[in-house]
Amino acid sequence: MADPTALLLREQYNNPVQQRESSTFGMWIFIMTEVMLFGGLFLAFTVYRMKFPESFIVGSGDMSITLGAINTAVLIGSSFTMALAVFSAETGNRRMLSIFLLATMFLGLVFLGIKFTEYYQHYQEHRAPGIWFDYRGPNPGQVEMFFLLYFLMTGLHAVHMFVGEGILTAMLIRNRAGSFSAEYHTPVELTGLYWHFVDIIWVFLFAIFYVEGLHLHKL
Amino acid sequence: MTPAVEVPVERNYLDAETGIKSWLLTLDHKRIGLLYVASVTVLFFIGGFFALLMRLQLLEPYGWLVGPQIYNKLFTMHGIIMVWFFLIPSIPNTLGNFFIPMMIGAKDVAFPKLNLLSWYIFNLAAFVALYSMIRGGVDTGWTFYTPFSTGFSTTYVSTAALGVFISGFSSILTGLNFIVTIHRMRAPGLTWFRLPLFIWSHYATSIILVLATPVLAITLLMVMVERIFRVGIYDPALGGDPVLFQHMFWFYSHPAVYIMVLPAMAVISELVPTFSRKPLFGYKFVAFASIAIAAIGFLVWGHHMFVAGQSMYSALAFSFLSYLVAVPSAIKVFNWSATMYKGSISWDTPMLYAIGFIGLFTVGGMTGLFLAALGIDVHVTDTYFVIAHFHYIMVGGTVMGYLGGMHYFWPKITGKLYWEPLAKLSALIVFLGFNLTFFPQFILGYMGMPRRYAAYAPEFHMLNVLSTAGASILGVGYVLPLLYLTWSWRYGKPAGPNPWRATGLEWQTPSPPPRENFEETPVVTRGPYDFGGLREELRLG
Ligand SMILES: [Cu+2]
Repeated sequence: MADPTALLLREQYNNPVQQRESSTFGMWIFIMTEVMLFGGLFLAFTVYRMKFPESFIVGSGDMSITLGAINTAVLIGSSFTMALAVFSAETGNRRMLSIFLLATMFLGLVFLGIKFTEYYQHYQEHRAPGIWFDYRGPNPGQVEMFFLLYFLMTGLHAVHMFVGEGILTAMLIRNRAGSFSAEYHTPVELTGLYWHFVDIIWVFLFAIFYVEGLHLHKL
Repeated sequence: MTPAVEVPVERNYLDAETGIKSWLLTLDHKRIGLLYVASVTVLFFIGGFFALLMRLQLLEPYGWLVGPQIYNKLFTMHGIIMVWFFLIPSIPNTLGNFFIPMMIGAKDVAFPKLNLLSWYIFNLAAFVALYSMIRGGVDTGWTFYTPFSTGFSTTYVSTAALGVFISGFSSILTGLNFIVTIHRMRAPGLTWFRLPLFIWSHYATSIILVLATPVLAITLLMVMVERIFRVGIYDPALGGDPVLFQHMFWFYSHPAVYIMVLPAMAVISELVPTFSRKPLFGYKFVAFASIAIAAIGFLVWGHHMFVAGQSMYSALAFSFLSYLVAVPSAIKVFNWSATMYKGSISWDTPMLYAIGFIGLFTVGGMTGLFLAALGIDVHVTDTYFVIAHFHYIMVGGTVMGYLGGMHYFWPKITGKLYWEPLAKLSALIVFLGFNLTFFPQFILGYMGMPRRYAAYAPEFHMLNVLSTAGASILGVGYVLPLLYLTWSWRYGKPAGPNPWRATGLEWQTPSPPPRENFEETPVVTRGPYDFGGLREELRLG
């Protein structure tokens, strides 16, 4: 019988080890580029947070800490199910792999649902920047800057979540087709790396946008 | 039916498959390299056309060809096209794509599909950028400085920025591909210190590509958001900070200079040993100099902002670091010169370009030191001195390196020889035309002629006429290689596997190479520029 892993060896590689190491290494480099991408936004946040400390705390007071905390828990939970999915792939348990992929997708969707509920609330409270923004307190421009960065950074994060949902769907389809085994499951591992990275970004976003104005929060 | 005649068909990468589809869907790094050659050549001549119009405009002190609005668009489009759509991809995506796998004895890059994808993204990006120009152009300068770009300009800033934004993904994919390829795909026995310096330099380039490009992407994304949603990230009227834009822009754009020049250095480091018949002097110094340039290059961006209101102390630090980054570049120049010293130099066309590069890059680098000095910088900021300086690096450096590399590798790529006398003549034309174009601009800048103006004071007339004359000579020097290289592809004499008697792995396989580069994976037993070992092998084999 033919070696099942040999079938999946792309022609530019000499052996499966080289193929797996290349893919994993490529994924880490991709994550580095993502760190630099978000890094630019974190820099902008830091600059304006230093410039307008009071207004940023006021802006943070308009966040719903309850929804934010639930979302953080949901995402960390999805990281856990993702880790279990990778473990199932490593042990060649295809049924459990499908289940955990589905669980991760479900938690991701819960997160996005809550996130867009929050966006809608901000919109109704006239906190969406641009023509929709209306704030009657002092320094409206500075508060708008807070919300602009909030929408940009959490929005970019949400885009990454949507991409993640797409990748998880692809993994699910490939698993149903029987592509993965204990010998070959690199794509699942890489999906895990990506998903954990996106979760970690959220933890930072939660800290800078929600926790700061905690004492002002309406719970 | 005619009787079948036994004709040995050499299945090289060009003949392996034919038809337009075999090119547009190819996963072969060599063909993708050639696709990039086609794209960047077209874009180079578009960008050059804008430059030509600018030089024509400046023939007369008060301008005669176009009004100031059009002139603003001309220099902007020249800059955008040349920086992002020619210089950044020029050497890595063409020669790098073609030769990195061959030099390390691999069958292909690590991710061939990403490689092809990056070419499509690049063309899409170029299309979007050109579209913004067809619709009416952009007038911000290639630097997109805020708040003019976000709050005042009424031209197609967002479209052009979107084009540059998209091109970034192509850069990132290429850089990522090269890093993984160089780490994981080397042939047995090819240790890091047996790698050709072409590889080291491209490795350093790739690090910059993957680390700096995302920052540009997010910077331009914020420009687009600010324009489209009328919010203020950089706009001081809305509490934003325009200097933040400059910090983020130059955090990418200074390292981007090294994205342009490190690959040219990569080419020169191959040419100099080959045509001096000597191993490169101080191999490890040159290898680590590439890495040092990439690393220190990330810490000098503030030298573009000496007059933008940054604090005196950061100006001092950036000035010092800018001097520091000149050290590894100087190491390279010394080591190339030391390699030529007492070498048996042959004056083939690629070597002419290499020597041209060393001279012009040195002038560009030394005038860079003037600009790193705080006092002098204040005097010549935003004058033609700056223009002359960076054209000595980008045109005198990168374009010379690109042409040198093209002539050097052409016999390997096509299997044909070009007509040497004409090639030598056009190398000479390029060198003379270049200096006549840009040297007067040093003097103009020192005398105080500001950049980006459609008109100038009459006392600058003479030097501007010289510069325009030089530009037309330079144009001839660029058109000639296009013609004779294309001609040679069809009618040139066969080159044979190793016309320059070079040592690299890429020369140990037929020209043009087979689809999988080597009949069997080579095993490497010697260093990169071991001419003694090569002679020995040729004698025995
Ligand atoms: Cu610079």
